[in-house]
Amino acid sequence: MNSVIFLTIVLLALSSYFFGRKKAILIQSNKRLTALPKFYGYYLAIWCGAPAFLLYALWSIFEPSIVRFFILSDYSSQGLLEGELNLFYEKVKSLSRNQYSGELTAELQRSAEKYLNFRDIAKWSKVVIVLSLLIASTGYAYTKISNNTKTREPVEIFLKGVFFLSSLAAILTTIGIIFSLLFQTIEFFQVIPLFDFVFGMHWYPAKAFVRDASEALDPSMYSDTFGAVPIFAGTFFIALIAMCVAIPIGLLSGIYMAEYASKRLRQYAKPVIEILAGIPTVVYGFFAALTVGPFLKDLGLSLGLEVSAESALAAGGVMGIMIIPFISSLSDDVITSVPQNLRDGSYAMGATKSETIKRVIFPAALPGIVGSILLGVSRAIGETMIVVMASGLAANLTLNPLESTSTITAQIVVILIGDQQFGDPKTQAAFALGLSLFIVTLVLNIVALSVVKKYREKYE
Amino acid sequence: MNKEERLIKRYKAEKRFQFYGKAAIFMALLFLLVFLTKIFSTGYTAFQKTWLVIPVNYNADLLYLDPDKKPTTEDINDADFYEFGIETFISLDPDASEDQIMELKKMFAFTFERELKYYLLDNLDSFGKTVDVKLTASDDLDQVFKGNYPRDIPENRRRASDYQLKIFDKLNEDGRVISEFNASFFTNADSREAELAGIASSFMGSLFSILVCLSIAFPVALLAAVYLEEFAPKNRFTDFIEVNINNLAAVPSIVFGLLGLGVLLAVFGLPRSTPLVGGITLSLMTLPTIIIAARASLKAVPPSIREAALAMGASRMQTTIHHTVPLALPGTLSGTIIGLAQALGETAPLILIGMVAFVNTIPGTPMDPAASLPVQIYIWAESAERGFVEKVSACIMVLLFFLIFMNLGAQLIRHKFEKKWN
Repeated sequence: MNSVIFLTIVLLALSSYFFGRKKAILIQSNKRLTALPKFYGYYLAIWCGAPAFLLYALWSIFEPSIVRFFILSDYSSQGLLEGELNLFYEKVKSLSRNQYSGELTAELQRSAEKYLNFRDIAKWSKVVIVLSLLIASTGYAYTKISNNTKTREPVEIFLKGVFFLSSLAAILTTIGIIFSLLFQTIEFFQVIPLFDFVFGMHWYPAKAFVRDASEALDPSMYSDTFGAVPIFAGTFFIALIAMCVAIPIGLLSGIYMAEYASKRLRQYAKPVIEILAGIPTVVYGFFAALTVGPFLKDLGLSLGLEVSAESALAAGGVMGIMIIPFISSLSDDVITSVPQNLRDGSYAMGATKSETIKRVIFPAALPGIVGSILLGVSRAIGETMIVVMASGLAANLTLNPLESTSTITAQIVVILIGDQQFGDPKTQAAFALGLSLFIVTLVLNIVALSVVKKYREKYE
Repeated sequence: MNKEERLIKRYKAEKRFQFYGKAAIFMALLFLLVFLTKIFSTGYTAFQKTWLVIPVNYNADLLYLDPDKKPTTEDINDADFYEFGIETFISLDPDASEDQIMELKKMFAFTFERELKYYLLDNLDSFGKTVDVKLTASDDLDQVFKGNYPRDIPENRRRASDYQLKIFDKLNEDGRVISEFNASFFTNADSREAELAGIASSFMGSLFSILVCLSIAFPVALLAAVYLEEFAPKNRFTDFIEVNINNLAAVPSIVFGLLGLGVLLAVFGLPRSTPLVGGITLSLMTLPTIIIAARASLKAVPPSIREAALAMGASRMQTTIHHTVPLALPGTLSGTIIGLAQALGETAPLILIGMVAFVNTIPGTPMDPAASLPVQIYIWAESAERGFVEKVSACIMVLLFFLIFMNLGAQLIRHKFEKKWN
């Protein structure tokens, strides 16, 4: 039914385009047009389609909750709980679809009949109201074009409005992220004190088994379960290992590319190194788990060290390889944009190339390089799959790179993989972790971007 | 220290520094090389499949069919091919004990019933005769044949028993073990059995997700970029939109997964595990990438084009739609393809919205539950069976193939269609 209405609106709008254009050509025989004939068509089509479609969309969104309100209004005065009302409504719905297999009460049957009745009324009134709005608005637009009013300006204003709405998508996404993270997190902190979460030393979400919805929530059950310190420590530890790999290699290759490399080497080596950034992270995770982990373990055995097969070193090292191209290309850009006269001045004083780089160019480019490193750190902190597959899933508080640790992202996956139960502290904990991840990366990104921007302005 | 010595030292330092730079580039390239070699060397065997060709006697009595009459399709469909299969396996070693018969059965994939039945349906002439039929070998023997399983370790640590290996070697000597291109890897859905698992279901899941992602992200991003670049007044609000876009581009992908879970599934009640939700989540993630690319290419269109159109009496909107946007389209398209390639390789957000479910049917619409190629890699990598390791590598090869293909396409569009001004 819905798709039929939708298609009807589209078809009518399309045909009114041709109708409007034809009308314009008729007018043209004895009057001067205010715009090209196609704008008369667009004008009529927009007035035909847009209001009807808007009403149709709003109606479809609000109809279920309005029907629900009418059905449950008979029972809401009986002092039932929200959960019981929900359950009752679900029963009514499944009965009306003939899929109900529980105990049949007179109340239920009456409500189901009422529900079907309402649905029918809603359906037909929707058709009638949407179509009559369509006819009314098209008629209005038709009288307008018959009087030969301006049509191009309204059409362009409408288009501009659509463009503007599209540009709001980014804001809506941000609001959506904050909304989804914040609501769950607030509920989480109503059960678990903020202090326990930020300073607690033990993280065992598995202890918080999924609770039956009818049982009351007992906060004492969760004491010493959601202490995020080991997770935060693990996150920064693995990011640190990654940066220990990525910074030297990325920075040195960036410097070499910018200052020494021949044109040909730049042309070929740069895109090849950038392939490293394009490989999906799950592939790195598989590589770390299958090759690097066992390799480090064997290496450790031959040196007499005990290395866990899922060590922080394996995950962090592979993550570092992934981040190399971010740092190398950004620092390459930054170094190339250092003005040539700084170099010339240094050479004129008799400095060698490497001395110029170390004493003149590097300090001049430092803010930009710091910015690129911060972006790399933010990548490392937000990276998920490598840690999930190559490092452990148990949250160990350790500073030994040969043991396994876990990160914020890995714990979110561990908690939310499989079935989730909303309203459970365990699920909410994942959202609280997500919020902390969002805030940390947001701050890092803002700082990094503003540092890079300031640096660029300095030399432009 | 005299002057000369100091100079030599400084030149040595120069050489050293250059060497460090070269070494760093070499290391980065070496990582890539090791990585690709490892994936290819473990993965290429998955494109071969091991079959066992065994003599099958389509005897009417064994199938409980009428020997004098040619069986119809229905007769064959009703016949019991399980018992028939067991009888056939016994003919490989007539002296087999009860336990050994079970081991014989386990040398073949559990689809042997279907394979025997379809062979007869396709070759009705072979009814009543003994013919050679090709059956899928079990995962363990497949791995043994490909040399991925060591054979010289004690029997209790091996998946294939001594007895199975004996029969297998005998078949191999008779030339009855053949290795062919593994078409089922591309046509089968996921399976718990490594020898039958394929990427068709996850490929369709990826395809649907990417299509949903493209159909949402591309128009919205293009229109948003046009607004911000051509129409937006310079004020605080548009600055705010811009900051938002730049930050979204750097938000970790898993946060978008939480958004999909907390809003799309919990609030809007869209169906879990479906490419529809996956595609919407990915589209929110690729949106900033495409907006940034589109804005850059709109910026690159020289003002003289706009001025010329305006001077001819076109309105701002006409100038934009007829002149600016078409000129900026190649750059936007190549940015879109790169954004989609990123989305294609994304795993974490899809795991959160439930696209990790085991799906053994090939999805037909974006509303059916499905996995995606990277999630399939994750699922197989987490399973313990040795046979999945080569499958993971092969799946990675397929995924990398698509990524390289998309990136080359983006480069091609950029070089071929983008106008160079100045």
